[in-house]
Amino acid sequence: MALTYEHIKQRLVEKFGEQVTGFEEPFGMLTFEAPKELNLKIMQFLFDDAELQFRFLTDLQAVHYPDNTGKELAVVYHLHNLTENIRIRFKVYTDISKPDVYSATALFSGANWMERETYDFFGVNFVGHPNLKRVLNVDEMDYFPMRKEFPLEDQTRIDKDDEMFGRGGSVI
Amino acid sequence: MSDVIQHSNIRLPEGSIEKQTTTLNLGPTHPATHGVFQNILELDGERIISAEQTVGYIHRAFEKLAERRPLYQITTLTDRLNYCSSPINNMGWHLTCEKLLGVKTPKRVDYLRVIIMELARIADHLICNSIVGVDSGAYTGFLYVMQYRELIYEIYEEVCGSRLTTNMGRIGGFERNFTPLAFEKLEKFLREYPKVLKEFENLFSRNRIFMERLMGAGPISADRALNYGFTGPNLRAAGVDYDVRVHTPYSSYEDFDFEVPVGSTGDCYDRFLVRNQEMWQSLRIIEQAYQKVQAFKGAEAEVFHADVPEYYLPEKKDVYTKMEALIYHFKIVMGEIDIPKGELYFPVEGANGELGFYLISDGGRTPYRLHFRRPCFIYYQAYEELTKGAMLADAIIVMSSLNLIAGELDA
Repeated sequence: MALTYEHIKQRLVEKFGEQVTGFEEPFGMLTFEAPKELNLKIMQFLFDDAELQFRFLTDLQAVHYPDNTGKELAVVYHLHNLTENIRIRFKVYTDISKPDVYSATALFSGANWMERETYDFFGVNFVGHPNLKRVLNVDEMDYFPMRKEFPLEDQTRIDKDDEMFGRGGSVI
Repeated sequence: MSDVIQHSNIRLPEGSIEKQTTTLNLGPTHPATHGVFQNILELDGERIISAEQTVGYIHRAFEKLAERRPLYQITTLTDRLNYCSSPINNMGWHLTCEKLLGVKTPKRVDYLRVIIMELARIADHLICNSIVGVDSGAYTGFLYVMQYRELIYEIYEEVCGSRLTTNMGRIGGFERNFTPLAFEKLEKFLREYPKVLKEFENLFSRNRIFMERLMGAGPISADRALNYGFTGPNLRAAGVDYDVRVHTPYSSYEDFDFEVPVGSTGDCYDRFLVRNQEMWQSLRIIEQAYQKVQAFKGAEAEVFHADVPEYYLPEKKDVYTKMEALIYHFKIVMGEIDIPKGELYFPVEGANGELGFYLISDGGRTPYRLHFRRPCFIYYQAYEELTKGAMLADAIIVMSSLNLIAGELDA
């Protein structure tokens, strides 16, 4: 029986009830959200369940939404069921002042560096990670460069404001 | 003599604790690492007890840079990921953008892309396999096949004007049609390369010294490989037939008939054989694609981009003479074109594995967030597990047979 998004959704709702929310399928990939405390439970369920078998962690990264107060950082997991060839994406949001998320390293060895990278750029503190230190940037760095508060351009330049990149608007 | 303790034949000052192991820095710049990697190896004699990889020496913050670049300017960043097969990265990026923008490319464009991507795969595997040869002491193969990588680069040059960092194609297709000379060179490649590859195989694959050097070096089980997130030839060498071209076909890969070679032990020798077989399969795909391209007649045979003037930069001479083209040129360059909002993950089969683009667009001209899933970065973590207990010389072979490309590793 081919696994469908409808069925995955049903199984998740059966198991976790109201806690998994925000089901959508942007560009054909099932996406949902969960509270950050549940991330490991959900991944373990998706991993172990005889029908679901999401046993391949394709990718793990974070996104910073500065305006999303209390849920500034999103950690995004892309999981893949290789036998049924179906992918899903799930997100957990965390407060930027207390960015603790459980580490998936016990489940996926490959999560090790992906989490280190996420920590390196966004400062997500993966609880339970065996070696959470910077991976691409220098160890002495004391900020998390991919957060939106670090703009790329020289701030004194007025010819390259956000308006030219299609968002916001500035008054000159 | 009283301040010296006698321990076997070595005399150490009193109070010193004899260190049982040697620490060896392999890299950051070492001729055998083919790129900037540092490995801090802990050796017991010649056996590796532990390896600690340090990466990031050529980190260029592409993900951050991409947040301030319009979509079409990000292509140059993707060039510099896996620079041994930049066209695959370029095409992958264009395909991602096309999916976001809802652009449907004509079949001919798909087939031309397939030709270029498979040429790039051959060039990449050729480097990797011949470097494995170099690292095991056989230089000849490397020098011999370089001629044909050169020919592939000449084809790139004919198609886009550059060789290594190609910046090839645009959203919707190619910047210009393939010239007759490009096809001529492709024909030459298809005619001559099989013989060369056969000879290259003869030189290595049943060569006893080579086999003994590679077999059993750096093996990984299918289970561990999956758990580590291996993809591409390295995963297939471990026996898992996962190939993005088959599982989620893009750019009309479903129209082609090819096999996915798999290994069984996941050691260096299997990785070598899988790459070699993949080159044969790539050749098959190119031949089929070239036939399909030749089958187009009339106006269809001249199509090299989709008809999407909102996203595809018009030809420069039209910009000077035609009003429409001028308007679109202005709109594209000044960012007046609306980019849809959306969030998508698009994988392509890079030469090293699944190269994924995770793109979040908030409707701005530039991505809100762009993440590259770089196969190298993910499977390099397994290096310690692969080399633990092996000899120092194996560490070098394992590294080259994994095909680590510093550019992709560090992004």
